[in-house]
Amino acid sequence: MVARVQVPSSAARGEVIAVRIAIQHPMETGFRYDLRGIRVSKNVINNLVCRYNGTEIFRAEMGSGIAANPSLQFYTVASESGELQFEWVDDRGVRGEERVQLTVRG
Amino acid sequence: MLRPCTLRLCVLLLALFAAGAALASDLTRARSGIEYASGNIRSMQADDFANPGMLWVTRGEKLWNNPGGSSGKSCAGCHRDAASSMKGVATRYPLKDRVTGRLFNLEARINQCRETRQGAEPYRYETDELLGLTAYVAHQSRGMPLQVRVNDDNKMHYERGKAIYYRRQGQMNLACTHCHERNAGRRLLSETISEGHGNAYPIYRLEWQSAGSLQRRLRSCYFGVRAGLPEFVSEELLDLEFFLAQRAAGLLIETPGVRR
Amino acid sequence: MITRRTFLQWMAGLWALAAGAARAQPEIVNDLRPLIAELTGGVAVNPGRVRVETPRLADNGHSVPMKLLVESPMTAADHVLSITLLSPRNPRPLMARFVLGPRAGRAEILTRVRLNGTQAVLAIAQLSDGTFWSGSAEVEVTESACLDAG
Repeated sequence: MVARVQVPSSAARGEVIAVRIAIQHPMETGFRYDLRGIRVSKNVINNLVCRYNGTEIFRAEMGSGIAANPSLQFYTVASESGELQFEWVDDRGVRGEERVQLTVRG
Repeated sequence: MLRPCTLRLCVLLLALFAAGAALASDLTRARSGIEYASGNIRSMQADDFANPGMLWVTRGEKLWNNPGGSSGKSCAGCHRDAASSMKGVATRYPLKDRVTGRLFNLEARINQCRETRQGAEPYRYETDELLGLTAYVAHQSRGMPLQVRVNDDNKMHYERGKAIYYRRQGQMNLACTHCHERNAGRRLLSETISEGHGNAYPIYRLEWQSAGSLQRRLRSCYFGVRAGLPEFVSEELLDLEFFLAQRAAGLLIETPGVRR
Repeated sequence: MITRRTFLQWMAGLWALAAGAARAQPEIVNDLRPLIAELTGGVAVNPGRVRVETPRLADNGHSVPMKLLVESPMTAADHVLSITLLSPRNPRPLMARFVLGPRAGRAEILTRVRLNGTQAVLAIAQLSDGTFWSGSAEVEVTESACLDAG
C-alpha cells in the first residue's frame, strides 16, 4: 500500500507536534455494486497503530465510515529523538508499515 | 460645486462601474476549475499532504525508479531525475508524435515508452500504475502554463475536437458548450458548473473516491448527457483533449488536482 | 364513555401514524442509545468539552473533512483516553474509535469521513477520570448533480 507520512523535520524537546499519515486504500464499504451488479465485499483498514520508539502513542480503530484513502492527523509530545513506526491492517489481513525518523533538539 | 450626497452617489456609481468592468474583463480569461470549487476543495488541493492525489504521485515516483519489461531499465535509467527531465513536458501535451503521426496524450507517450523502449506491456487506463506515472510526470510541470500550439500539422485534430465540443449529443441533446461555456459559474442543483478545463489532471475526484484521468472525466460527461461513451484512447477523446488543451492555454498545471 | 377529547386525540394519533408511514423512506435512523450505553458502561455522558468541526455543507458525502477536539490538559493525571465517532444515519453507526493518552499532548484528530446523507455526527470522549463528554456537528450532504458513470 502506498502511504505518505509527515512529521516536522525537527522539534524542540517537549513540543507538541502534528503527525500525519495518508494511505491509499479504497476503504470498501461493502455496500457498493460493481459494473456487473455484484456486491463488492467490505474491506477497510480496521486498525492503525503508531509507536514512538516502541511505545504506542496512537491507535485508530476504523470502519467504513472513514473516507477512502484515509488521512489522519494526530499529535504527540516530542520527547526524544527516534523513530515513529506506523502499522496497519485491513479486513483481508493485508498489512502496511511505514517508519519515519524524528529529531528532537534539547 | 456638487452637493455631498450627489458626490457620494457619483463615487458609488463609479465604484460599481469599475467592479462591473473588472468582472466583465474577468469573463474573457479562462479560469481553472479550482476557482469554482469550494474552500474545502481548494485547501485540500493546496495542502500536499491532505491532497489524496499525491498518493498517486508518490506511487509514480516509485514506479519511475523501478526497472520494467524485458529491458530491465527503469524510467530513471534514461530520464534520470524527473524533476529536471520532465519539467515542462506536460505543458506541451497532447501533441502530434513526429514518428508515428498519431496524436499522443501523456498516457499514450508513457505507454509508448514502455512498449518500445522498456519492452514492457502498456498500462491500461485507470490502473494505479498509469495514473501514478502520469500524475508524477505532470506534477513536474505544476505551476507552469499549458502551451499546446495549433499548427498546420495538428490543425485537423483541433478542428475535429472543436466540432465535438459544439456538437449536441445524447438523450439530453446537449453540447459541452451548453454547460461549460454558457453556464459556467452557475449552479446545477447544488453544484457550481466549471469551465471544464483539463489543466489539473490526473485529479483526485471525491465522487470517484480515487484518482482518475481526463478521459475518465470526459466519459463521465458523455454519461451525464446520456450519450454513448467513446472508448478510452479513441480518436474522439484524443481530439477532444487536444481542443480542450487549446481552450485552457495559459492555465497553470495543478496536477494532482482535487475536485468534488 | 369516550369523550370527544379522547376521540380527537385518537384521530390525531392515527393521522400522525398514517402520515409517518406515508413519509417513510428507506432512510436509516440509528438509535445510538444502546451503543452509547455499551461504550460508557451505563455512565451518563455530559454534553460539552468536545468539539466537532466540519463544513456545514459537504462537497460530497464520500469524503467530509472532520476535526475532533477535546478540552483537556492532556497530563498524566488528566487526559483523554479515547474519542468515539457515531453516526445516526450511516448504515454502520460506529464510525471510528481513536485511542489517545497522555503522550498525545493535544486531544485533536483530523480525518475525513463518509456520511450517508445529512446528519449530526456525534463524538464521545472518554476521560481518564472516568467521565464521558460529547459534542456533535450537523452536516448537510446533498445529491451529486451529475451522477457519474463511475
